[in-house]
Amino acid sequence: MGRYVIRRLLQMIPVFIGSTFLIFFMVFALGDPVAALFGDRAPDPATAAQIRKDLFLDEPLWKQYLHYMSLTFRGDFGTAFNGQQVTELMADAWPITVRLTLVAIAFEILIGITLGVLSGLRRGRAVDTTVLVLTLVVISIPTFVSGYVLQYLCGVKWNTVSPTVSPEAPLNELLLPGVVVGLVSLAYVTRLTRTSVAENVRADYVRTALAKGLPRRRIITRHLLRNSLIPVVTFIGTDIGGLMGGALVTERIFNIHGVGYQLYQGVLRQNSPTVVGFVTILVIVFLVANLIVDLLYAVLDPRIRYA
Amino acid sequence: MREVRCAKWVVCALAVAVAAAGCGGGGDSGGGGGGGDGSGTVRSSWGDPQNPLEPANTNEVQGGKVLDMVFRGLKRYDPKTGKAQDMLAQKIETKDSQNYTVTIKKGWTFQNGEKVTAKSFVDAWNYGALLDNKQKNAYFFEYIEGYDAVHPTSGKATAKTLSGLQVKNDSTFTVRLTQKFSTWPETLGYAAFAPLPRAFFDHHDAWVSKPIGNGPYMVGSYKKGSSMKLKKWEKYSGPDKAQNGGVELRVYTDVGTAYTDLQAGNLDLADDIPAAQLKNVKQDLGDRYINQPAGIIQTLTFPMYDKRWNKEGMEKVRRGLSMAIDRKQITERIFEKTRTPATDWTSPVLGDDGGYQAGLCGEACSYDPPQAKKLIQEGGGLPGGKMTITYNADTGSHKDWVDAVCNSINNALDKENACVGTSIGTFADYRNKITDRQMKGPFRAGWQMDYPLIQNFLQPMFYTNASSNDGEYSSKKFDDLVDQANAESDTGKAIADFRRAEKVLADDMPGIPLWYQNGSAGYSDRLSDVRLNAFSVPVYNQIKVN
Amino acid sequence: MPEPPPQGPPPGSAGPPQGPPGPFQGPPHGPTGPAQGSPHDPNAAIAPTGGPAFDLASSEAQTLEHGPGQEPAGPGPEVRVGSLWSDAWRDLRRNPVFIISALLILFLIVISIWPSLIASGSPYKADLAKAQGGAEPGHPFGYDVQGRDLYTRVVYGARASIVVGVCATAGAALLGSLLGGLAGFFGGWGDAVLSRIADIFFGIPIVLGGLVFLSVITSGSVWPVVGFIVLLGWPQISRIARGSVVTVKQNDYVQAARALGAGSGRLLLRHIAPNAIAPVIVVATIALGTYIALEATLSYLGVGLKPPTVSWGIDISAASTHIRNAPHMLLWPAGALSLTVLAFIMLGDAVRDALDPKLR
Repeated sequence: MGRYVIRRLLQMIPVFIGSTFLIFFMVFALGDPVAALFGDRAPDPATAAQIRKDLFLDEPLWKQYLHYMSLTFRGDFGTAFNGQQVTELMADAWPITVRLTLVAIAFEILIGITLGVLSGLRRGRAVDTTVLVLTLVVISIPTFVSGYVLQYLCGVKWNTVSPTVSPEAPLNELLLPGVVVGLVSLAYVTRLTRTSVAENVRADYVRTALAKGLPRRRIITRHLLRNSLIPVVTFIGTDIGGLMGGALVTERIFNIHGVGYQLYQGVLRQNSPTVVGFVTILVIVFLVANLIVDLLYAVLDPRIRYA
Repeated sequence: MREVRCAKWVVCALAVAVAAAGCGGGGDSGGGGGGGDGSGTVRSSWGDPQNPLEPANTNEVQGGKVLDMVFRGLKRYDPKTGKAQDMLAQKIETKDSQNYTVTIKKGWTFQNGEKVTAKSFVDAWNYGALLDNKQKNAYFFEYIEGYDAVHPTSGKATAKTLSGLQVKNDSTFTVRLTQKFSTWPETLGYAAFAPLPRAFFDHHDAWVSKPIGNGPYMVGSYKKGSSMKLKKWEKYSGPDKAQNGGVELRVYTDVGTAYTDLQAGNLDLADDIPAAQLKNVKQDLGDRYINQPAGIIQTLTFPMYDKRWNKEGMEKVRRGLSMAIDRKQITERIFEKTRTPATDWTSPVLGDDGGYQAGLCGEACSYDPPQAKKLIQEGGGLPGGKMTITYNADTGSHKDWVDAVCNSINNALDKENACVGTSIGTFADYRNKITDRQMKGPFRAGWQMDYPLIQNFLQPMFYTNASSNDGEYSSKKFDDLVDQANAESDTGKAIADFRRAEKVLADDMPGIPLWYQNGSAGYSDRLSDVRLNAFSVPVYNQIKVN
Repeated sequence: MPEPPPQGPPPGSAGPPQGPPGPFQGPPHGPTGPAQGSPHDPNAAIAPTGGPAFDLASSEAQTLEHGPGQEPAGPGPEVRVGSLWSDAWRDLRRNPVFIISALLILFLIVISIWPSLIASGSPYKADLAKAQGGAEPGHPFGYDVQGRDLYTRVVYGARASIVVGVCATAGAALLGSLLGGLAGFFGGWGDAVLSRIADIFFGIPIVLGGLVFLSVITSGSVWPVVGFIVLLGWPQISRIARGSVVTVKQNDYVQAARALGAGSGRLLLRHIAPNAIAPVIVVATIALGTYIALEATLSYLGVGLKPPTVSWGIDISAASTHIRNAPHMLLWPAGALSLTVLAFIMLGDAVRDALDPKLR
């Protein structure tokens, strides 16, 4: 087990190099960022050349990359175009996004698994159909619509919450955006739980447990759920990054200055230090999340072992 | 019985969770402090400035807002009329429209106590022009003698200062231009010409993180990316003192969000109403909604470097396309009258004696589908029977109006999909394609004036090889008329020449004028005396907080 | 011999031979009483014998799809030697849920190919004076922001949206489950490399990927969009497939088959795949909907499908800003999207049930 974890952690090194280069290359492929700095006006060539030189943009790609990496190892992640240090941006954005993601995941787990178990146990009945309809609604309404409608209703019409999130982004202000972020994933979690539960309800060990006369709640939580959770856990593992980097639309609606927003700005302004910095951390989050998921497999199903 | 309880427990947990998550956060509304005594704070929407807040490096509205509050220059454009009026300038004299002597008023200081002297201006302008400082507005100094040396088009700067600037004494300096430019003093209201204190040069990083100026407001705190708090500067010696206690600029990532916050009472002033809410804004805000002309014109520029658009007879096609666009209906249905159909290439904010002339474009800008179809056919039809209108997708919502313009053209030609809109993902990519001359059909262009002069609407866009002549339009007749106008010392005659130059555009139609853009803003009932200036920036110092 | 050992009660017996009544004996169906009592529910007759335990252990064949006449369907497994896959197909043909969803999908395919069958107008004809207008005779869905007939656009939009949704889902599901399945089954270095590549792909933000890949190709056809979605979608399905295979491979019947000398290919195809596929199907059917919606996001970013292509995604993203004034503009294309997703979710459920030997 310990050796397995160490091996997995060591794998991060090539992934780190690979992903930084890939992202660096992609931002490079977007083209020259300097023209856009001058707005609707054609850039003055001398100033533009000077800016390119300062940003190392007049060098070939591999030199730019080496330059960036050498700075990175000295702890300098570069600057965004508004002059702010990327490390500073990250220190502001990551805590907010982590809180937002935690809210979203908690929401997915609590509501999604509950609904999934309910509809899985009562396949084909009213509960199941209702949950299916809710799932369809959630899938087909884009986040920008559900986000805006909830914000308008809760924030303006009924005035129960502040419609936007303040720069400090305390947890209570993130509840509503967290729900909006988690809505689509909720559909996945619910359906996955439902299918697994419906399948395992007929498994021998559930019958055995029933035969032993164990209490129903214990059967559901200890036997049924535990064995049904592997696909759900896998899904949540794959979803974490999507929630963190892809919450862009929700962040815009609720004015959250999180990772999605900074990434989007970085991409639009083709600022490689910003994009590479943020994406690298996202990739690390993925690596860790997937490692945890793999370890959870062994916890949920003792037959799975890691050498 | 056990399962009954269990089910109930689940249902309750669900309800509680949804309620708590959905609508249960702590209520937080209510305004900031203050009262009718001029001490209240204005909470206003803001966007993250794209550049450090140096005056000669700020070329967009959001940074411009701050500079407009923190700095005062030689001239200031009157918030109402847009006319350039003396602010720090005592007098600006010239005999030949080329050599100017500037005398500044005494008694002005910066917020750190330094005196504003002739040197504050000359140092600031030299800094702005010098290539090493990479200031994006350096071209504002291009008419001053010696610009070529401090800012060559390639290679290194050979001088540190502009040879055309001379400090005579504490309150006087002289400026020598490279050419006759009669209206040059009127360009001096632009922020790039602001004076700078020594602190700017000596402690540059500290200055950038908390700018020090000489205007009615001083920067209290600045948290990049989220907010800036400006407070009234009590010792301000100018005539336009702040009528409120301060301004809090809050960064919004989306104008729609700012509008929602305004509705919820968390914001006092949103100076950009999202297109989607224009229909509701009257109902939501009543008379707390401003919609007034600003110095911005939207055009469709033709790629004149593309043979297919520039061959003999195509001027008829270009004019026909202009006549196929139902400007009135589009400004009403898509923009809810926040745009006015354009009938010349300038802007109504110039005023009639400033050069604006309604209807100058004539029938070439009026909607007439049968005539449009006829002209396009006479000219040989669209190149290949098809055209695209290119726009960028990431800023401003251009899709709706581009599609509407195309539909209008398609309806006039009675052909499906003769015109379609194509989008380019990022503004950077879009600008690169334009500067690399890769456009295959007309593309959108928005021009916001730098200073309220007719020259600023015509020369940069249509003069041969001018900086923003993205379509590479070139007409000897037009160039001659502009040269003639610039040399004219009598304003009335100069404007007449500019108008004649505009007539050339109406014949050639290198760019279709679409509409004049208005500035729009909404404010809360805490505020009064809110207005926008000709640059569609709120005039913060006049706002009263009740 | 390869038939997996039966895991559930004997097939065909939807009856109550489960856990002893006893501690579970209670009022029949406390909370869900009314639903249970409905005359169409095959359970109604059985419930009293089973007591509350039914819910946990006896719900086989009690789903909607197995109507009252279903139990005797097909001969028992002891007479059948066909593979799981052919059994599944036999089951499927008799499943009403499958038939309904297949008909619905057939209908969607037909209007994708010949939209003019049910919509006579042009999806491009715009009359700006009617912009955002509501329904009126001859225009049941009203008008969009450009004054085009919404009904015609929804019908014509089916083609692009369904091509994107189905092809992207099929591509991502096939690629993802193939790679993920192999990785999960063999483990070791291959697994490590593949999983780490997937991790990198996870990290690429959609905005960045879309702008890079799709702005290079300006053809405006649906295939670059499909390709891009597959590229970004496969890692997720591969993770799900891998997790599922890792679990299933521990089962006794797999070990038994291995002990009996079954090769890797046979193990994977006949024993593992049918039992591991359920989560993949679930994720894929929902992903179908989210991929169609993702196309809307790409259009919104200016790199997705471009006019003159008509798609639900384009219309949904155009409608989203006008939700307050003209909700009907969103309702119809989103409704069409829901219907499509519903059809595929039903199809996925039916396929999954058919593949589950415990249900027979």
